[in-house]
Amino acid sequence: MSYSMWIILTASLVGLSCGLIGVFLILRKQAMMADGISHTVLLGIVLAYMVTQEVSGPAMLIGGIFAGILTAFLVQTLSSLKVRHDASLGIVFTSLFAIGVILISTSVGNVHLDVKHALMGEITFIPFTTMDLPLIGSIPKATALLLLVLLVVIFFIVAFYKEWKITSFDAALAASLGIPVIFFHYLFMTLVSVTTVASFDAVGAILVVAMLITPAAAAYLWTDKLIVMLFLSGGFGVLSAIIGYWIATWLDTSISGSMALATGCIFFVTFLLSPKHGLVSRWVRPAELREEQEA
Amino acid sequence: MLSNLLHINTLWVMASTMILGIAAGGIGCLAYWKRQNLMSDALSHAALPGVVVAFLIIQEKNLLLLVIGAALSALLGAFFIQWFTSASRITEDTAMGMTLSVFYGVGVMLLAIANRSPGGNQSGLNNFIYGQAAAMVRSDVITMVVLAAIVIFIIFIAFKEWKLFLFDPDFAKGIGLSIRGMNVLYTIVLVTTIVIGIQAVGVILMAAMLIIPAVSARYWTHSFKMMILLSSVIGGLSGAFGTWVSSTGSGLPTGPFIVLTSAAVFTISLFFGKEHGIVIRYIQFKMQQRSSRLDHQQVMTGKGGRSQ
Repeated sequence: MSYSMWIILTASLVGLSCGLIGVFLILRKQAMMADGISHTVLLGIVLAYMVTQEVSGPAMLIGGIFAGILTAFLVQTLSSLKVRHDASLGIVFTSLFAIGVILISTSVGNVHLDVKHALMGEITFIPFTTMDLPLIGSIPKATALLLLVLLVVIFFIVAFYKEWKITSFDAALAASLGIPVIFFHYLFMTLVSVTTVASFDAVGAILVVAMLITPAAAAYLWTDKLIVMLFLSGGFGVLSAIIGYWIATWLDTSISGSMALATGCIFFVTFLLSPKHGLVSRWVRPAELREEQEA
Repeated sequence: MLSNLLHINTLWVMASTMILGIAAGGIGCLAYWKRQNLMSDALSHAALPGVVVAFLIIQEKNLLLLVIGAALSALLGAFFIQWFTSASRITEDTAMGMTLSVFYGVGVMLLAIANRSPGGNQSGLNNFIYGQAAAMVRSDVITMVVLAAIVIFIIFIAFKEWKLFLFDPDFAKGIGLSIRGMNVLYTIVLVTTIVIGIQAVGVILMAAMLIIPAVSARYWTHSFKMMILLSSVIGGLSGAFGTWVSSTGSGLPTGPFIVLTSAAVFTISLFFGKEHGIVIRYIQFKMQQRSSRLDHQQVMTGKGGRSQ
């Protein structure tokens, strides 16, 4: 496969897994949690590096998952101590991120870990570090990892589909039915962290946040059905990857940034034109019908 | 270490981070009561494209012009967040997440273009984005101090109006205060604080300077006035102390140390704060338990006495 095909494929995998996870992030009203985790993952990666002295592979994944769960746990603890949820998220992620930056600047030094790289991502270099897989042949390492993560995400979504649905829409009902809501909260946060870490090295933190929130938000304006929303959101993720790559080659600029812009464009078009919740359809729709629908 | 403190450049930088901390602590209280803690995070990311565009136009690193560019683009971000939340069923945190990531993405794109632009000496632009207070020159410091002083002045001069605006908007409207005008003023003050802070502590940690002092101050007082004062003091001291710590070693970043200082203050407040601190609540709980046990015993013995 050609160089650009690998990049588009990798970004599409990011778009797919983030799109799927993002649906639940939005429905659970935890969109900013994605932003928080995408920053604290940095601390996890630094810690993993300090322990194992290597930047890639399973150690990084475990470090990132650890940081993600730590974030979720600290935010939950502070909230239970009556700190407002958004304030506790703001406190936790900035403090953990600060620790990460300090560790990088002092002990880890100038290995290929640096804040700028982590936040902007270097998808450009992905096709150059490859590995051999049976049956498929040579495949970039990051792509293989993302493929694995996508399978894990799909597995968990399909396996607990009903539970996700109930805990996302009506946590109280779920609890009364005997579904372990807290367990699912942490399982979900683990999935968010796994997706974030895997995508992190490929595309950078900011594109991860964009891919997690924006396609799902666009899908949310198209449909009221969860299953449709999942497919739409995944689809929008892939579409943004392709459009973004095209913009990047056209303007000769950052690929991750262009893909983030593409997610924004898709959302904006949806925001204007979506049949049910779009601006134009609201404007066109007769007043009586509008009241009826909003009631 | 002390000789370090006396170094003139360090003093300048310390003064500027301190006044920045005071401004951020004050405005952070307003954001806290408007329930917009994470708004500062969204807006500081949204400022990035404005910085780069301003740089592409003027081709040099003039702090005041970069700040104006940043402010315009952050205001645009605030407008988008407001628009998406009010005109569709998108919730505010989703709108913030989208705005911050897409704006930042655009900023990164433009930055790549700026790096290519001929003659464009973009050194220092990265410092502006990731925050390195030590890299500030004297004119930067002066710009920053003047802007921060204006912000502090606006917060304190209109103190009564802010209070009404936050806690009783209906009454405020009744006495002829324009809520819309106050909202615009609030957004402008918030954005100004954020954009002048970006250079000192970086895009990401700017949010911490607004959130942490306000939440910490909440643990010590119920009065809004005291909260703003305390929060400003905490912000100012963390700014100065963090800068001093980072100046003791070479290559230590300023922003993270400021944030960690205020995080330490928050932890102390969380445990020992006069209002709802963990320790206080535990003691109150124990006292309550004991007094109810005593009451219970009295009732039991009292009852016993009467029935016989």
